[in-house]
Amino acid sequence: MHMPLSDTLGLNLLAANQHQAEHNREHFEAWNLLCLNVMSSPGAGKTSLLERTITALAPQLEMAVLEGDMTTQLDAQRLEAVGVPVVPITTGRACHLDAAMVSGGLRQLQARLNPADLDLLWVENVGNLVCPAEFEVGEHLKVALLSVTEGEDKPLKYPVMFREADCVLITKVDLLPYLSIDVSRIEAHIHAVNPEAVVFQLSASSGAGLDAWHQWLLATTRERSCRAELAEVG
Amino acid sequence: MHEVDMTKCLLLSMEEWKRGQEPQTPVVTAVHLQVGAFTCVEPEALRFTFAAAVQGSWLDGSTLEIESVPLRARCLACSSAYNPDPERAYRSPCCDRPMEEIVSGRELRIRSVDYSLPHQISDPAAVPPR
Ligand SMILES: Nc1nc2c(ncn2[C@@H]2O[C@H](COP(=O)(O)OP(=O)(O)OP(=O)(O)O)[C@@H](O)[C@H]2O)c(=O)[nH]1
Ligand SMILES: [Mg+2]
Ligand SMILES: [Zn+2]
Ligand SMILES: [Zn+2]
Ligand SMILES: [Zn+2]
Repeated sequence: MHMPLSDTLGLNLLAANQHQAEHNREHFEAWNLLCLNVMSSPGAGKTSLLERTITALAPQLEMAVLEGDMTTQLDAQRLEAVGVPVVPITTGRACHLDAAMVSGGLRQLQARLNPADLDLLWVENVGNLVCPAEFEVGEHLKVALLSVTEGEDKPLKYPVMFREADCVLITKVDLLPYLSIDVSRIEAHIHAVNPEAVVFQLSASSGAGLDAWHQWLLATTRERSCRAELAEVG
Repeated sequence: MHEVDMTKCLLLSMEEWKRGQEPQTPVVTAVHLQVGAFTCVEPEALRFTFAAAVQGSWLDGSTLEIESVPLRARCLACSSAYNPDPERAYRSPCCDRPMEEIVSGRELRIRSVDYSLPHQISDPAAVPPR
């Protein structure tokens, strides 16, 4: 006769991933860099935006990219071409990056440079609006992109992503004249599921709206490194 | 199919729990989860991948019991709780406020494990009286 026993765990289902994510974040803190996890559906414009943004901010910030791609290295090559160190993380079957994959990418990055010299580390996630929202990789902030061609209802259909995002970028606004889309409704839907989200409308093609986004990035990066210095002093 | 990865994470956590039971080897009969409605997890898909993943492993024969937790939010204007509805953009029906505070629905939790400890000295039933 075996006594039936029961243990209360109260453990997060994703605890194993979260432990690794915490570990990655400790490295980011030690290197005093800001890590942004960039997420969207396939083709919303993550790589195009990074090409523009990295080019624009290169004089002010040292940056590198961890590039999640299911099978190809195409995005990594595009970003290498703008002159930034890129570590491709080929995810194969996985439809999202997890903290262990990013940890592997960090080791490769360390073989090429000293991460303490970086101000900003970009993680371009796999194009997918669903699960990347649940798998932390150790990032400080989540950035979600939504292109205007995807429709006004997407923040309501994929609410977890837009709820979890700290910053939402409405992309490809250069296409608005050709669409019957009310961009203010997209923005209203984002704020309905996430009133605290910082939202920018921009276009990587025309350059519209990029300045405000870049100013926000500079301010966020600086604010972080100031806080880190203060913590060191006091 | 991120449920496959969720299941892997779950099995890793279960391994960790098993190591905490050493030197005994627990026989698990059920794993109880709480899965919120406001997550990316489909309970059916999770049950399916779990059943496939535990075949032939130490968890073979255990069942996955999933308690679904509904999405609940609290309206910060009047403090009343409500069930956010995508049809109303998740806004509060009382004061038409955005979904500010989520009370429940984000759970992805291993709540508890049912098990027994067969043929081990510390199995109370197996300890001979002195
Ligand atoms: N009109 C317009 N097209 C854009 C803009 N940004 C990107 N595109 C186009 O959208 C397509 C996809 O862009 P990518 O930058 O590769 O998108 P992505 O999100 O990196 O794609 P995945 O990594 O494959 O998920 C390309 O054909 C781009 O040229 C934009 O601002 N305006
Ligand atoms: Mg890309
Ligand atoms: Zn480490
Ligand atoms: Zn996934
Ligand atoms: Zn109210």
